Amino acid sequence: MFHFIRKRAAFAVATILVVSAVVYLIFSLLPFDPASLTCGQRCTPQIIEGNRIKLGLDKPIWEQYWLFLSGIFVGRTYGAGSSAFSCSAPAFGYSFNENACVTDMLLEALPVTLSLAIGALILWLVVGMGLGVLAARFKGKWPDTVSSVFVLLATSLPTFVTGLALLIWVSIKWKLVPLSLSGYVSIFSNPYGFFQYFILPWITLAILYAAVYTRFTRAAVLETLGEDYIRTARAKGVNEKTVLRKHTLRAILAPIVTLAGLDFAGLIGGAIITETIFNLPGLGRLTLRSVYEFDLPVVLATTILAAVVVIVMNLIVDMLYAVLDPRVRID
Amino acid sequence: MSEAKTELLKIDDLRVSFKTDDGVVKAVDGVSLTVNSGETVAVVGESGSGKTVTSLSVMGLHKRGSAQITGSIKVRDGERMLDIVTATDEEILDVRGRAVAMIFQDPMSALHPFFRIGNQLAEAYLVHNPGKKEEAKKRAVEMLDLVGIPDPLQRANEYPHQFSGGMRQRVMIAMALMNSPKMLIADEPTTALDVTVQAQILALLSDLQKEFNMGILLITHDLGVVAQVTERVNVMYAGRIVEQAPVDDIFYNPAHPYALGLLQSVPRITVHGGERLKAIPGQPPSLINLPKGCAFAPRCEYIKHADANACATLMPELLGASPAHTARCHIPESSRKEIFAAAMKEVRA
Repeated sequence: MFHFIRKRAAFAVATILVVSAVVYLIFSLLPFDPASLTCGQRCTPQIIEGNRIKLGLDKPIWEQYWLFLSGIFVGRTYGAGSSAFSCSAPAFGYSFNENACVTDMLLEALPVTLSLAIGALILWLVVGMGLGVLAARFKGKWPDTVSSVFVLLATSLPTFVTGLALLIWVSIKWKLVPLSLSGYVSIFSNPYGFFQYFILPWITLAILYAAVYTRFTRAAVLETLGEDYIRTARAKGVNEKTVLRKHTLRAILAPIVTLAGLDFAGLIGGAIITETIFNLPGLGRLTLRSVYEFDLPVVLATTILAAVVVIVMNLIVDMLYAVLDPRVRID
Repeated sequence: MSEAKTELLKIDDLRVSFKTDDGVVKAVDGVSLTVNSGETVAVVGESGSGKTVTSLSVMGLHKRGSAQITGSIKVRDGERMLDIVTATDEEILDVRGRAVAMIFQDPMSALHPFFRIGNQLAEAYLVHNPGKKEEAKKRAVEMLDLVGIPDPLQRANEYPHQFSGGMRQRVMIAMALMNSPKMLIADEPTTALDVTVQAQILALLSDLQKEFNMGILLITHDLGVVAQVTERVNVMYAGRIVEQAPVDDIFYNPAHPYALGLLQSVPRITVHGGERLKAIPGQPPSLINLPKGCAFAPRCEYIKHADANACATLMPELLGASPAHTARCHIPESSRKEIFAAAMKEVRA
């Protein structure tokens, strides 16, 4: 098991290196001069050249990449003398648009996106698996019909429609949840405010995923109920409730965890639409803003971060799978 | 076997049909048979003859609503006989795995891949003895030991994929015996196993049967298995029993052309080089809209010896000079003996 994890972790690190190199290369090939993007209207060639040297953009591409990589581990100082400024490790670059270290911007946005993704994940797992099991248990009866209607509606409605509808009806017309004008509050400082702040975004995101999970769970439960080992359990005299709760759910857990892990990773990369509708200062909105403003260091960092999250989640899912499915255990 | 024989299972005029989009499938049509303690009764037939449907009916494992079941299946539970056909779900759950247990064809898929062997065995006991966890665990190890699994204490902590096919079938047998049932249903218990392992499993079943004085209903298509372990044989064709007889009679004195055909089509090591293996011509009929008359008539080689009109229009009754050996055939019993004896000579030659 330990050997397995070490091997996979080494592989993950190698993948991250390759991905970051490719992303860095792509960004350096863009037809913009990153130095000239560092100042606004009243730019002079002198300022641009000065910034170019400060940011190390005058150096060859491989050296720039090396500076970028080493900055992640040891921090980075831009410029020299009295005008020098530095970002402490892990430094992912410096945003001239915001006059801030990219790492600080990421650290500010990450808790918002994590809160959004984790809450939505819990909600959609509960709703999706619950509805899916009900639909399978009462196949062809009304719970099955209700769940298929839900699946159809939820997959057809885009996030911006459900999100806006929730905002308009729940927040503005019925005033059930206050419009969050105060901004992000941490769950540790104000749990109730945190809940109010995130409940509608959670629902918006969860609806879409819950539909997928409902369908998946229903199919998986029905398939498992036809397995020989379920017949064995019944032949032992195990009642239908235990057959479903213990034998069947245990069997579909591993594939659902895999699916959830990868979907979760995708969300960290950016729930752009949801974050934009609800004005959440998360990674998705940060990415969107930096793309609009050609804030290249931020775009670079969020792109690499998204890739890293997917790779790391894959590793975690693989390890979880080995825990959940005894056949996968590798010693 | 000094104990008196008690009736453990009595199936009477069992009919099971399934509604499908193409029509009603009469999978089992008027099956009657009895299993006594200490005795092994075989149900033989090819795929689709209704033998597995019969065995699942005894366990009450057909989905409510999907199968139409009439007749009666009386299973002994202590002093009383419970009729599975009319029993409530709770009553069936109560006898399942306790009074009557079942082992299945494919041990590779019949064990839950995610639970430890010991826990799967213990569950069979816990279902009928709630709360007795320590006893269940102890019993699981005892049973594994009994069915010949070496190092049972350690093996109980392992998962099914760590067992070979034969070992898994031993585990299935151990699981079936967790509650010391009087009646065991074995649905093709050796079909998925290697021949050498088959013999071991059959020997194990025989030993356990003697030890516990169990009645076994053995479902199989393998006449070799039948010859080794059974006392009485029921040959099924198209949902009906076409011949029932003591095991020796089936092999030396078959009374139904289908049973004869099955015997003739067993490959023999004494066969002369170049000789073709004999087969029964044609296909078994669809169980939807079975024709009137004898279901085997279209494939029957000996139809010229019978009243062809009767074969085509009338289902023969299960009859014979001795009630212990009966068959469904319109050929007069006296002439059948002669014709079949001649054919059997060929088989044994």
